[in-house]
Amino acid sequence: MSEAAPSSAPAVIEAVGVRKTYGDLEAVAGVDLAVHRGEVFAMLGPNGAGKTTTVEILEGYRLRNSGEIEVLGQDPATAGASWRARIGIVPQGTGAFEMLTVAELVHHFAHFYEHPLDAEETIELVGLTEKRDARLSTLSGGQQRRVDLALGIVGDPELVFLDEPTTGLDPQARRQVWALVERMTRLGKTVLLTTHYLDEAEALADRVAVIVAGRIVAEGTPRDIGGRSDAVAVVTFERRDGLSEASLPDLPAASLHFDRETGLVRIETEEPTKIIEHLAGWARAAGSEELPGLTVARPTLEDTYLRLIAAERREESVTE
Amino acid sequence: MKTLTLGAERVRLEMKSFFRSRQAAVFTFFFPVMLLVLFASIFHGEIDDSHVDFRQYFIAGIIASGIMSTSFNNLAISMAVERHTGVLKRLAGTPMPKPSYFIGKVGMALASGVIQTALMLALAVSLYGVDLPSDAGRWLWFVYIMIMGSVTCSLVGIIYSLVPKDANNAPAYVTPPYLFLQFISGVFIVITSLGAGLQAIASVFPLRWMASGLRYVFLPSSFEVQEPGHQWHLATGAFVLTAWLVGAFVVALRRFRFVDDR
Repeated sequence: MSEAAPSSAPAVIEAVGVRKTYGDLEAVAGVDLAVHRGEVFAMLGPNGAGKTTTVEILEGYRLRNSGEIEVLGQDPATAGASWRARIGIVPQGTGAFEMLTVAELVHHFAHFYEHPLDAEETIELVGLTEKRDARLSTLSGGQQRRVDLALGIVGDPELVFLDEPTTGLDPQARRQVWALVERMTRLGKTVLLTTHYLDEAEALADRVAVIVAGRIVAEGTPRDIGGRSDAVAVVTFERRDGLSEASLPDLPAASLHFDRETGLVRIETEEPTKIIEHLAGWARAAGSEELPGLTVARPTLEDTYLRLIAAERREESVTE
Repeated sequence: MKTLTLGAERVRLEMKSFFRSRQAAVFTFFFPVMLLVLFASIFHGEIDDSHVDFRQYFIAGIIASGIMSTSFNNLAISMAVERHTGVLKRLAGTPMPKPSYFIGKVGMALASGVIQTALMLALAVSLYGVDLPSDAGRWLWFVYIMIMGSVTCSLVGIIYSLVPKDANNAPAYVTPPYLFLQFISGVFIVITSLGAGLQAIASVFPLRWMASGLRYVFLPSSFEVQEPGHQWHLATGAFVLTAWLVGAFVVALRRFRFVDDR
């Protein structure tokens, strides 16, 4: 991850009030977005939330019904070839160009640009040098995805769109894609990424937006999104050995839950340090130096994400 | 200039993909050759006291049909597949000039049509003693029909590629009209032996005129009286082909999109 989002940097993508409807379906329902130069921005959301539609509007593939958009200073709906030379697109899906080899295809795409990267270097960058003469039909899903990445970056774009770049890849292939994205950000590229992997967003993104039902419901750094860093911490330990005899302590400003069957004590608190101090004293008094199985956890990005989506769904069912 | 050099680059790449695809090789090269051999073995002998062997008649039709297959069938199927597997989308996301893509497609159709025609002529001349065109005018008309037929059928194929709704069933959409036209356009069956209704339907489409244009190329002048209306109708053929060319060009410009915004 690169350092904190340089919000003072000029906006590479700026969108206000973007809407897109298909019949009665409002696929994108008023999205505002600002992505700055050098930033990795991730859009998270369940399937059908409007991630891809939003990205494809920004790429110029689809036309919006309303709203203002500037991508690299131009409206994608009307921008021409010189604009497309400055962006790189890695769309979803595979199965294209089956009869060609990796090298043939990457070299071919390089021809489209005035100042492309070296095709062989690009192949090496995505880790396919050994497969350069293999036809795409013989490659694994992960290798095909890396070809997609090579095609997306061979034009040396300023802005790269990655639509679910690692869906269907094994963990090792995912790490290679991540390393490539990190490398691009070191070169000053801006990346707009969609994913439904939360660890991916956490590992790569400077900022994250959660999109549900065509709307952005939360936006922030992976660390802060949805009030994550201020959220209550959860302290757990097991009440066993000497502690099972001692009566549970009274704790200030915390809610305590004890599960008789598992012996697990779960405490939600905004002051975990104070609580642990208190618990340590209580345990020592009961003759135990250790709190067995002690954990302290903040909600993960996944917890936060699921909470945001659940809240949004509840709201929807209320308004319906 | 860039459009042309990239167009040439596209032709090169299209040819590579085409020759590596087994389906294309079978349908484009093996299938017409098989038909040529089958028909030449089953049907031969003089057509109605014309001193023209059916094989000589048939070579004109099968070359016309081959041109339609390498252009119309080939492009309609390959472009439907490219639409539904994301090839068009990927290309549309690059600065490649869109005309370069069409140059690549039409160039591929033309090149594979020429190769296929050469192959069939070589077989027909060496195995069945078919005569090659006898004068410069006929050779010129041969070249004209090759180019005009390929380009026209390619443009129609580009439009027809919008019809199949997914990649897998594209051949199912393309083969029926192709087969239908082959039977009514004087390819396998001498056109005057068909009823007036079928002849009239055939006359609306390019294949009938490509076939009759090639009959002018391959048959002796004495055969002209056996043609519908006792004429080669070269001007009418040129007119129908031009009308299809212009019409298809206009429709393709208006309707063809690289990416569906459904």
